[in-house]
Amino acid sequence: MFKIVRQEELVTSSVILHEIEAPRIARKAKPGQFIMLKATETGERIPLTMADTDPEAGTVTVIFMVVGKSTAIFAGLKVGDAYSDLIGPLGRPTDIEKVGHVVCVGGGTGIAVLHPIARAMKKAGNRVTTILGARNVDFLILKDKMSAISDTFIAMSDDGSTGRKGFVTDALKEILATDKPDLVVAIGPVPMMKAVSEVTRPDGIHTLVSLNPVMVDGTGMCGGCRVTVGDQTKFACVDGPEFDGHLVDFDGLSKRLNAYKKVEVTAMDDHRCRMEAQANSLAKA
Amino acid sequence: MQETKKTPLDRHPMPEQPAEVRRHNFLEVPIGYTDELARAEATRCIQCKIPKCVEGCPVAVPIPRFIRAIADGRFAEGIRIIWENNALPAVCGRVCPQEIQCEGQCILGKKGKPVAIGNLERFLADWERSHGDGSLPEKLAPTGKRVAVVGSGPSGLTVAGDLVLKGHSVTIFEAFHKPGGVLIYGIPEFRLPKAIVESEVNTLEKLGVEIACNTVVGRAVDVSELLAEGFDAVFVGVGAGLPRFMNIPGENLIGVYSANEYLTRTNLMKAYDPAYDTPMVPGRNVVVIGGGNVAMDSARTALRMGAESVKIVYRRSREEMPARAEESHHAEQEGVEFLLLANPLRYDGNEEGRLTSVTCERMTLGEPDASGRRRPVPLKDADFTMDCDLAIIAVGSGANPLLTSSEPGIRLNRWGNIEANPENGKTTMRGVWAGGDIVTGAATVILAMGAGRKAADSIHDYLLRGW
Ligand SMILES: Cc1cc2nc3c(=O)[nH]c(=O)nc-3n(C[C@H](O)[C@H](O)[C@H](O)COP(=O)(O)OP(=O)(O)OC[C@H]3O[C@@H](n4cnc5c(N)ncnc54)[C@H](O)[C@@H]3O)c2cc1C
Ligand SMILES: Cc1cc2nc3c(=O)[nH]c(=O)nc-3n(C[C@H](O)[C@H](O)[C@H](O)COP(=O)(O)OP(=O)(O)OC[C@H]3O[C@@H](n4cnc5c(N)ncnc54)[C@H](O)[C@@H]3O)c2cc1C
Ligand code: SF4
Ligand code: SF4
Ligand code: FES
Repeated sequence: MFKIVRQEELVTSSVILHEIEAPRIARKAKPGQFIMLKATETGERIPLTMADTDPEAGTVTVIFMVVGKSTAIFAGLKVGDAYSDLIGPLGRPTDIEKVGHVVCVGGGTGIAVLHPIARAMKKAGNRVTTILGARNVDFLILKDKMSAISDTFIAMSDDGSTGRKGFVTDALKEILATDKPDLVVAIGPVPMMKAVSEVTRPDGIHTLVSLNPVMVDGTGMCGGCRVTVGDQTKFACVDGPEFDGHLVDFDGLSKRLNAYKKVEVTAMDDHRCRMEAQANSLAKA
Repeated sequence: MQETKKTPLDRHPMPEQPAEVRRHNFLEVPIGYTDELARAEATRCIQCKIPKCVEGCPVAVPIPRFIRAIADGRFAEGIRIIWENNALPAVCGRVCPQEIQCEGQCILGKKGKPVAIGNLERFLADWERSHGDGSLPEKLAPTGKRVAVVGSGPSGLTVAGDLVLKGHSVTIFEAFHKPGGVLIYGIPEFRLPKAIVESEVNTLEKLGVEIACNTVVGRAVDVSELLAEGFDAVFVGVGAGLPRFMNIPGENLIGVYSANEYLTRTNLMKAYDPAYDTPMVPGRNVVVIGGGNVAMDSARTALRMGAESVKIVYRRSREEMPARAEESHHAEQEGVEFLLLANPLRYDGNEEGRLTSVTCERMTLGEPDASGRRRPVPLKDADFTMDCDLAIIAVGSGANPLLTSSEPGIRLNRWGNIEANPENGKTTMRGVWAGGDIVTGAATVILAMGAGRKAADSIHDYLLRGW
């Protein structure tokens, strides 16, 4: 069992932080890596990136958005409760090097994923410009932490309730014109990462994105997480999750993320009822 | 019914759930012998002086001896005879390809049907689970040596069981949240009930084996770190866990699964059980590519998940199908169609990216290839397209590089499998052994167990005497 030692609601009932006891993983994890969490025997294995690790305390921190059943179950866990399973660290760590000027672009809970990477980039001696985007002021998580590790910090919101009104790509375009970056790291919703990659493509600025396909095992054994990168099929859990944004087939990824939309879930439920009835009748017979 | 040596030709079939009923449930297909049926079948064995059957068994189970015990009604003794060479008879009795191993060599098979050795082995194991006193084998005095076993499939379980009895302290590290390897995540419930695997694992735990699940070696900890942490030896039995795709157009559409994913979702993550949250694309028209056990398991699972039609697409003919005879027979009985001498060329989907059809080419058999089987060659202008909303790719699996790529001291062959001495399982890294599918490529449960047994003997020798 993996005990939760700290819980925070970064956005009420919507974005939650859990700090969890996992000493072996806390010692080994590097920026960019993720873990898989399962709350109960009957639950799904859900991949979440480590937003932070504390090797001394033996804990890892995740920040997640409540989007469906499993993340809703996670959100119901409080300090003292435990996850039944926690697996990691998974995925390839980010290549952290001194390249010069790094622009970190984050959106939504992608900001949580971006945080340890941005911090490591700064530590490696890079000049870090951070652009964060969110629906509104409530969803702009980790603002203070991110601005503390950035040389330049820009916030953008869809409605102008915090920072400037507009998209992260608006701010990015200005920077491309005035202060050309050596590397762009973009982590957030798929449409955001796609838009950022389009903006940096003409100048050929190396752009890293972090992909979040549906996963099962996280060890390269099922192929469920496959994504198309430069005409090749890659397994995001072992070959990624970070890839060259200029090579990623974002449309294919978006489609695959919808694999288990409501229709199927309902269909499955009907089917399960039938199966249950049959199993029951058989057990009686 | 009285059996005599004069009527050895009539083999006693094991009672089964009728095909029409079982294709809608996940309960085990063969129901098991009664005491009477088992004894009757056992009396068919003519107790050969030089038993051919034993030669066919990769771990040389003393077959005539345990069968004699059954015939005499000495069941508790019979199971102990099997245990001398095989720690997982409940599993092997169910999943060994007996027709090419023990039963394939049985002398009675020359003229009629061989003795149902697998069924009898299973009978004793099941009898022991429901009637046995649960007594554990004797353990030797503690040696103070520590062994790490990576992977909890049949090879790892065998190594752990053998070494804990010899007095060593054993920890199994398993990547998944449940131990058992393919026996848990791959082979379906209707063929190998998970309660059986769990009971085998429980026995190991009662003997003192520690099982650390959720530990991906190569990520959470490396093999060399295990040695540095104080383990005196490491056995690597991580299986063949890398799904093979065919690299044809449309393979990334929603509804195209690797067999690994499809079976893991249903078996380990229990997608068929409404209490579990695991989602799955529900297939109405299902196509399974491949002709081995994995393909049969996928096809029969899809039926049970509610498919209206399930087709196996296999590029050679029925004779070349590598599946156990019983599996393809059961699949056919349950209504799986076999589309032989066909090979998929591409998948097509709708605007949402969901699979809607598969296009195949027709094949014919040409000259034999390296494996001795006739090579399938495509026929010109004979392509055809079928509607399908779920396709499961079961064309084999390769070596997963997660662990091996983190440990350059372990030498691999050109397919990425670990090079291990076939006699004792030693790898090129001192203190490290390997066995099972990661060494041989995808093979069988009993071969993995055999490799585990050899490695355990060698590790024991090393712990007492050195490399
Ligand atoms: C490597 C990796 C790292 C991730 N890190 C984080 C993180 O740090 N914080 C965080 O909030 N989320 C992260 N995610 C996404 C997170 O795993 C999903 O949000 C979660 O699996 C949804 O599960 P659910 O049962 O609550 O929702 P579901 O009921 O499964 O789905 C609800 C909705 O979310 C969509 N969805 C399903 N799976 C995913 C997915 N993998 N990614 C995005 N949308 C999905 C579905 O299309 C659906 O519309 C990560 C994903 C990956 C693969
Ligand atoms: C669907 C299916 C049906 C089959 N049917 C039959 C049959 O009927 N008869 C038969 O004889 N054989 C059958 N086989 C083959 C048989 O199951 C395998 O040959 C056998 O299980 C191999 O055993 P193993 O010990 O090498 O590894 P596996 O059983 O593959 O177990 C390996 C274990 O190692 C774990 N692991 C992997 N990587 C790591 C890591 N880095 N760190 C920690 N743990 C790790 C895995 O999670 C797994 O639990 C079937 C296989 C499949 C997939
Ligand atoms: S272990 Fe397998 S091959 Fe050997 S006797 Fe038993 S069923 Fe036959
Ligand atoms: S070969 Fe057949 S008849 Fe002979 S001992 Fe073996 S099982 Fe019995
Ligand atoms: S999640 Fe199974 S291969 Fe990546």
